[in-house]
Amino acid sequence: MEKRVTFKGWLLPMLLLLPQVIITAVFFFYPAGQAVWQSLFIPDPFGLKSQFVGLGNFEFLLNDPFYRASFLTTAIFSTLVTLVSMGVALFLAVLADRLIKGSGAYRTLLIWPYAVAPAVAGVLWLFMFNTRVGVVSWYLGLLGYDWNHVLNGNEAMGLVVVASAWGRISYNFLFFLAGLQAIPRSVIEAAAIDGARFWTRFRTIVFPLLSPTTFFLLVVNIVYAFFETFGVIHTITSGGPQQSTTILVYKVFSDGFVGQDLGSSAAQSVILLFVVGLLTVVQFKYIERRVHY
Amino acid sequence: MATITLDNIKKSFGKTDVIHGVSIDIEDGEFIVIVGPSGCGKSTLLRMVAGLETITGGEVQIGGTRVNETEPMDRDIAMVFQNYALYPHMSVFDNMAYGLKIAKTPKSEIAERVAVAAKMLQLEPYLTRRPRELSGGQRQRVAMGRAIVRKPKAFLFDEPLSNLDAKLRVQMRLEIKALQRELGITALYVTHDQVEAMTLADRMIVMNAGVADQIGAPLEVYANPLTEFVAGFIGSPATNFLPAAALPGTPASAARVGIRPEHAWLSTEGEARLTGTAVYSEALGAETLVHLRLPDGEMFTIRQDGARAQPAEHQTCHVAWDTDQQMEFDEAGRRI
Ligand SMILES: Nc1ncnc2c1ncn2[C@@H]1O[C@H](COP(=O)(O)OP(=O)(O)O)[C@@H](O)[C@H]1O
Ligand SMILES: [Mg+2]
Repeated sequence: MEKRVTFKGWLLPMLLLLPQVIITAVFFFYPAGQAVWQSLFIPDPFGLKSQFVGLGNFEFLLNDPFYRASFLTTAIFSTLVTLVSMGVALFLAVLADRLIKGSGAYRTLLIWPYAVAPAVAGVLWLFMFNTRVGVVSWYLGLLGYDWNHVLNGNEAMGLVVVASAWGRISYNFLFFLAGLQAIPRSVIEAAAIDGARFWTRFRTIVFPLLSPTTFFLLVVNIVYAFFETFGVIHTITSGGPQQSTTILVYKVFSDGFVGQDLGSSAAQSVILLFVVGLLTVVQFKYIERRVHY
Repeated sequence: MATITLDNIKKSFGKTDVIHGVSIDIEDGEFIVIVGPSGCGKSTLLRMVAGLETITGGEVQIGGTRVNETEPMDRDIAMVFQNYALYPHMSVFDNMAYGLKIAKTPKSEIAERVAVAAKMLQLEPYLTRRPRELSGGQRQRVAMGRAIVRKPKAFLFDEPLSNLDAKLRVQMRLEIKALQRELGITALYVTHDQVEAMTLADRMIVMNAGVADQIGAPLEVYANPLTEFVAGFIGSPATNFLPAAALPGTPASAARVGIRPEHAWLSTEGEARLTGTAVYSEALGAETLVHLRLPDGEMFTIRQDGARAQPAEHQTCHVAWDTDQQMEFDEAGRRI
């Protein structure tokens, strides 16, 4: 049975909720409302007046090939970031779970990257891959590979994916490790006695039992890839070359603050809000139902 | 079905020696119970047979083949765990079929074998349920079912009944014994409960701090314990121990003497070997346990027929027994 805390009267519960409500209102509802409002206008070239255009901004966006390309870029980027950061984290967590000695130090070291701010992480990776002075690109050059993410869109994408995924690995690792350690040892042993070798056990027992953790991380990482990777992209590629790393959230920024097209920018953020809401609903409705046992 | 041989098995965790060398030849189809107090190394011994712990010294053979280096999945044994260790995300059917699926058994044969086991264990109505939707007793049966569908060379049980209530425990005990008889599969069964050991075992291994103090048929162990520990552990209520010096006529090498409660009786002053004061009596119906306090402060228990008169509290009582039935032990606890 779940334990329920009950309150007498309304005053105390309202008071306890108030700070959260205020924060949500000031930092979410107010700006979101503003974005919705602004998305209905086009500012004149001098930014002095705005003209009401209804859904004109949206109509324009959905017919804009650059905007559609950005959708695709975002889909590729967030899929890769999620797969890489969760895949590597799961691999490390499985190793750490089997380790008994020295696991404390191992875990602590793995958690450090999480404390690095995305923009700083971006700069770190940028240095390593800098086409002229970067360590990694120098070694790649020795191997005969000419690394240049400033010109090559695929390389640029690869770099921002790695830089974005890197910081997330720690976070995902912690959750995966906790999830693995919550699986009773005897269940794994029972499977071994039933004849299942390591990989079969992982596929048929461990991974299914981890699915609530995996699902949670999936949602969190997709949201991360959609929004919080802004700093990484801004420092490493600024969306280039030729918009090849311009994900939706970066386009909101570059159209709004660089291009000064506030109406379009606002419409984009409304669409983004809608997409993330939709993704979350779909995930909870269709995936979560299958992960409980 | 197979014989199992343990040849001077030893186990250390780091520098701690946990099992000090246990040897036994188990015959095909035999039911062996490993019994001893908590922490004496029963599970460790069983897990070495299963392949879940490495073997520090000695040799384990299953069906005449050395298996020290064999992985658990290649030993062809089945194990029932104390917490059942069912796969929580699978139905009862899938739990039982898991091992067969891995062995690539044909689908029709899996269905048939699971059906037979489910019928045997009265699990037929629950095949589509998940473990969390079952009672403790039903989960226990699923764990049993998972073991029997595979027709392994041996069953290993690690305290499989200790999470059940007393009544269910007695019932499942009978069922386990009947199943093992019917299937004729060699079984190694760990318990700390000497009643379970007495009722299930063809032979039992009485473990004491990593040493097999005695190996033998239950009644033989009861009638003829080889050590003070075994005399105290097997039999309920527990054996009374007295310093040998307090009893005239014991051999000089004896340090302690054990007298089972059922071998002593309240006697006349004339034949008395001991005198004490009645502290309390437990009337259980068919029998009564009379607890006395001896002059040195130790307790002494007598088990007598329920129809006999009980002494009143604080009454002085005289105790006698047949010296043929008293058990004498030396300083090291060995039977003389
Ligand atoms: N993995 C382990 N590491 C260190 N000591 C252990 C380990 N497993 C068991 N032991 C020790 O070995 C002894 C025997 O344990 P166990 O076989 O579980 O006893 P039993 O099953 O008879 O209660 C105990 O003292 C226990 O603390
Ligand atoms: Mg144990």
